[in-house]
This record gives sequence, C-alpha cells and structure tokens, in this order.
Amino acid sequence: MHVFANPARFLKIARPLTPLLGWSGAVLIAGALCAGLFLAPAERLQGESVRIIYLHVPAAWLGMAGWAAIAVASLMQLVWRHPLAAVAARAAAVPGAAFTAICLVTGSLWGRPTWGTYWEWDGRMTSMLVLLFLYFGYLALAGAEKEKDGEGRLTAIFGLVGAVNLPIIHYSVLWWRTLHQGQSIDFLRGTSTIDASMLWPLLASALGFSLLFGAIVLMRMRAELARNKVEARLKRMTVE
Amino acid sequence: MNPWPFVAAAYAIALTGTAALTLSSWFAMRRAEAEADKLSRGS
Repeated sequence: MHVFANPARFLKIARPLTPLLGWSGAVLIAGALCAGLFLAPAERLQGESVRIIYLHVPAAWLGMAGWAAIAVASLMQLVWRHPLAAVAARAAAVPGAAFTAICLVTGSLWGRPTWGTYWEWDGRMTSMLVLLFLYFGYLALAGAEKEKDGEGRLTAIFGLVGAVNLPIIHYSVLWWRTLHQGQSIDFLRGTSTIDASMLWPLLASALGFSLLFGAIVLMRMRAELARNKVEARLKRMTVE
Repeated sequence: MNPWPFVAAAYAIALTGTAALTLSSWFAMRRAEAEADKLSRGS
C-alpha cells in the first residue's frame, strides 16, 4: 500500500483504471439486472418482489464496504500519515452514503409488499439508518476540518470509531430476530440458502456495483487531488 | 398486493441515484483536472 501513497504514482494507475472499472461495472450491472428481472425465477413465498434483492443486497454491502474503506484509510492516515489516505477516506464517504440510502429505500419498497409495512424499528434496519447518519456526520466533519485547513485527524478518528457499527449491522439479524430475514450467504463457510438460479445474478450485480463504486471513488480522489493542486498553486502565486 | 409498482420504483430510484452519482463524480473530476491543467500550462 505504501507504494501507492505517492499521488503521482497513484494518478498514473488511476487514470486508465477509472474508465476500465466504470465501464466493466456498468456492463456487468446491466447484464445482472436483466438476468435478475427476466431470467431468475420468482421466489416461492415472496413472489416477484424478490427481484428487488438484485439492488438491495449490493447496495447494503457497498454501504458497509464504504465505511470499512473509510476506517482502513483513516487508520493509515493516523498511523502512517499517508498523503492519499485522507483523500481516499473522504472520496468513499459520498458513494457510501448514497448506497446506504439506496439500500434503505429499496428495502422499504421491498418490505411493503412482503411484510405489509415500509418500516420497522428492528436491529438491521435501525443500524443501517444509524450508518447513514454516521456518513452525514462524517461528511459534515470532513467539510468543516477542510475549511479550517486542518489535517483531518478528528475526521479520521470519527471514521475509526464509526466502524463499531459494522459488526452491529452484520450480526443484528442473529442477535435480534424480528422482521428482517436472517443471513442467506455465509462467505466464511462458502454456503448459501439462495438457489443458484437467483444467486448468480445477485453475485454478478454485487460485483458490477462494486466495480462502479471503485470507479466513483477513483473519480472523486482524482477530483480532490486536482483541486488541491490548484489551491496549492494559487497560494504559491499569491506569496510570489 | 401487486408487487410490480414496488419493483419498478426500487429499480428507478436505485438506477437514477447510481447514474446521478457516477455522472456528477465524472464531471467534477473532469472540471477539476481541466482547471489544474490550465493553471499548470499558464504558469
């Protein structure tokens, strides 16, 4: 990771990688969602409403992955003072918040025909809502610190502390059994209770959205690095 | 209850949101890099 901490080296890799991740993600999402809508069967109990799974689950994973990325980058910023770590953490915040919001909205729309309600204050839904509020707090704090020309240490600490919510989200369906269904895919054991005909479009969709998420983070990092460059040059010109 | 309006709404919101996020990030990056390039060529 230390190798990529140099902004010039990072840009050399990020420039060709951004369109590659973006286009491959978009193509994969289109294929996976078409398969989810037209090829995969309806679920025995939930019927056609299960097709929301191909959006809802990838959005949930990316909402959590976004904060995990913030936590890792924050740790690197605090421990090794990587110049790119703070930029990477801030770049992951907006897409992370967006996918958390998409997860909550699509979950709500899935809940109404399946459970008969848009919302229930159960462990999984409430902890995802807390994650969205954490993102809002992080974005506000990052903006305020950047405005004051701060190093972003407070934001990094917030990013690390907020990661406490991630295991709560993950285990919420095991700790509190309410409306939300339990765990369907266990990556550690490599098992799934979802039929293969529905599982492959779901995994393809998750991979597609992940690639696009990567492209968005790279775009936002490149934008911030360019803005920092302009700001530094303007400051230098003012001094001269 | 007919589930299709809910499925359609979920797909419309998720895809519009994702497209808006991608395009806004793309244009912000293009704008910022163009500005940086212009400034480095000018100096």
